[in-house]
Amino acid sequence: MAVSVTSSDLVIEAHGLVKSFGTTKALAGLDLEVARGEVHGFLGPNGAGKSTTLRVLLGMLRIDAGTVRLLGGDPWRDTAMLHSRLAYVPGDVSLWPNLSGGEVIDLLGRLQGGQDPARRDRYLELFDLDPTKKSRTYSRGNRQKVALISALSSNADVYLLDEPTAGLDPLREVDFRTCVRELRDEGRTILLSSHILSEAEALSDRVTIIREGRAVETGRLDQLRHLTQTSVTAELVTVPDGLERIAGVHNLIVDDHRVTAHVEQRGMDALMQALSASGIRSLVSQPPTLEELFLRHYGPAASSQSNDA
Amino acid sequence: MPDAFAGTGTLLRLAIRRDRWLLPAWVLALAAMAGFSASATANLYPDISSRVDAAEVINATPSLVALYGRVYDPTSIGSLALIKLTALGAAMVAVLMIVVTVRHTRAEEAAGRLELLSAGVVGRAAPLAAALTLTSGASVALGLLTAAALIVAGLPAVGATAFGLGWAAAGIAFSALAAVTAQLTTGSRAATGLAIVGLAVAYLLRAVGDIPDSGPSALTWLSPIGWTQQVRPFAGDRLALLLLPVLLAIVLVAIAFELRARRDLGAGMIAERSGPARGDITNTWGLAVQLNRGVLVFWGVAMILFGVLLGSLTSSVSGMLDSPAMRDFFESLGGEQGIVNAFLSAELAIVGSIVAAFGIQAAGHLRAEETAGRAEVVLATATSRLRWANGLFGVALGGVALLMLLVGLALGVGHALDVGNTSMIGDLVLASLARIPAAWILTALVMAVFGWAPQLTGLVWGLYAASVVLVELGALWNLPSWMMDLSPFTHSPKLPGATGVIVPLITLTTCAGLLAAIGYVGWSRRDLTP
Repeated sequence: MAVSVTSSDLVIEAHGLVKSFGTTKALAGLDLEVARGEVHGFLGPNGAGKSTTLRVLLGMLRIDAGTVRLLGGDPWRDTAMLHSRLAYVPGDVSLWPNLSGGEVIDLLGRLQGGQDPARRDRYLELFDLDPTKKSRTYSRGNRQKVALISALSSNADVYLLDEPTAGLDPLREVDFRTCVRELRDEGRTILLSSHILSEAEALSDRVTIIREGRAVETGRLDQLRHLTQTSVTAELVTVPDGLERIAGVHNLIVDDHRVTAHVEQRGMDALMQALSASGIRSLVSQPPTLEELFLRHYGPAASSQSNDA
Repeated sequence: MPDAFAGTGTLLRLAIRRDRWLLPAWVLALAAMAGFSASATANLYPDISSRVDAAEVINATPSLVALYGRVYDPTSIGSLALIKLTALGAAMVAVLMIVVTVRHTRAEEAAGRLELLSAGVVGRAAPLAAALTLTSGASVALGLLTAAALIVAGLPAVGATAFGLGWAAAGIAFSALAAVTAQLTTGSRAATGLAIVGLAVAYLLRAVGDIPDSGPSALTWLSPIGWTQQVRPFAGDRLALLLLPVLLAIVLVAIAFELRARRDLGAGMIAERSGPARGDITNTWGLAVQLNRGVLVFWGVAMILFGVLLGSLTSSVSGMLDSPAMRDFFESLGGEQGIVNAFLSAELAIVGSIVAAFGIQAAGHLRAEETAGRAEVVLATATSRLRWANGLFGVALGGVALLMLLVGLALGVGHALDVGNTSMIGDLVLASLARIPAAWILTALVMAVFGWAPQLTGLVWGLYAASVVLVELGALWNLPSWMMDLSPFTHSPKLPGATGVIVPLITLTTCAGLLAAIGYVGWSRRDLTP
């Protein structure tokens, strides 16, 4: 829990959240801290408890144990007051079949306590949505656009977005990223739940990774990256001995003059010195991606590796 | 099996799996209702002369003939015992089969689940074929069970069979009508609504067609409900007439399959209009009104027609007060002063229990919005749970009140047109409004169940059916009074003509208020459970 922020800067502050549905434990002691003005990626596979957490933050579910504060208030008790300051896009958007998209956007805007008409029109155009169509005729992506436009056009302090681009095409996804950056530049806070790693990676200042109802990792991406391994491929004049003995070097493959390995942060310096002493012809080094972070936490080797991390 | 029907068997098993409790429960309840009525009537009218008296009262009373039809053989116990259930019961069977048909066709399609299934080896006509197989099977099973129940109750086998098959034929014919309407509209509620309009028209045609003393007119013969009634169970048993609804069903089913073959998945025959780009719904009340508007307009029109028709038939009652048996019968209907009042009061009792169904249906939006995830969308805005529920629940209560006001006015106007003076309009409006609190209890019961056990919200329909049966048939079945007191409708003041109406009205309204309050407390404390 690396980032040092004072609690007054925290927009979302949840500790030890527990929520059970019958015998299923959806949240098992979840911690989540989101600071003011950041885009916070909330990552995890299906069923990890992302949507449950968002519904707790929205005051739709009552927690069994733990503490949760949103904008300094209690999401369960101060629901309507808090909601006038937040906007939400559900993961699976369901709309009233006989209302047009424009009617739904305006209704939600009014219930929200006002929306910015200029932004509404801009986003309608940006997302290329026909507001006169009945919701019944919208595809999943178009229903999602309705929810996105109405959320993005509101003047909220906090945006809770539950897999908001799951139904959008790649072009609209780029537009969506632009919108999110704009919101952040205006000082708004965004909690972005996703299992699309590239999206979270492109947008997030910090991420929290959850698994089976618990946060397993949280922090800035570059801080998390030290937990995983950089992949290094080098072509050398001569291959030195003893590379495999450097602490933190894994999966070493020597193929003629070509060396590939996965290196932890602690072994990087020693490896580079050994390689450059042997004469480097070419060197490719790739930083760890979120995919690798994920595989580390959810892959088959996850449990054994997390012990020595 | 042709390609279009591939997968019908699998879909039929899926449909049976989904309906394995609800459909058998309704089938058994309807069959039991017929059986109870038969055995109770036998006890109530042990000798021929008492039956003839009762039958003649009904036949001489146009409003009863309009509601139920005629007793075609006054000496036959079966004909008298099942008078309330011949046409009205056939209509109930028809509603059940319409709902089941749409549930497995257009509702699946609108929800997108059929798309998932259609990607498998499932022919275009298979969902419709599976749904119709299910409803036909259920209709025939219902018919046979009903016949068996009547035979057990001691009625002749031929008549019992004619009666049971009459219900079955009505179920099949209106299921076929629903198969057509499910091809026309894109929404499932619209498809159900359109089929129910068809049923209402059929019922109204036979109501008007049956009134002339000379016997059923051409109007009756235009109505599938009229056909099943003209089979005349226990009074001629004209079984050949059952071919009419079956033929109609065959034609309608052929049309439905033809329409299905010509349209795309998810599309209707009635083109979807576009809506406004800007909305003018400003709050949860506006949203609730929008959700209920179409259904409310339909109910309003139906209630006005029903009210005017019944109101205009009432005065002819008072002209035939010749026998004490008739007087006794009228008094037993629950009125307290005057034959006309007794009739108007009995009619309002029926109307009041029908309108209660609107309240349950409208309050059912609470649960429907929650399961569909639309409650979540609204509650994520600055709308509190209280305000969200206020809109939907308030429109349900208000809709019931509005419908009763319309019925009261329509009944008064119909009566005024008939007798030539308007003196009764005010009394009838008040009498109609006095039926509101009992209907509100069922609306509030939806709120209470929704607040504490949302998954069970649909069960209120069962309690509603029980409440209506208790008040409509309880006296006939000779049930103990504590049991009949369980129905809120039992406690409605029997206006016009009754005295001491204030206390029951206050009690009923207080009960409704308590139930609603209990519901609100539960709703404000519980999790959203999609």
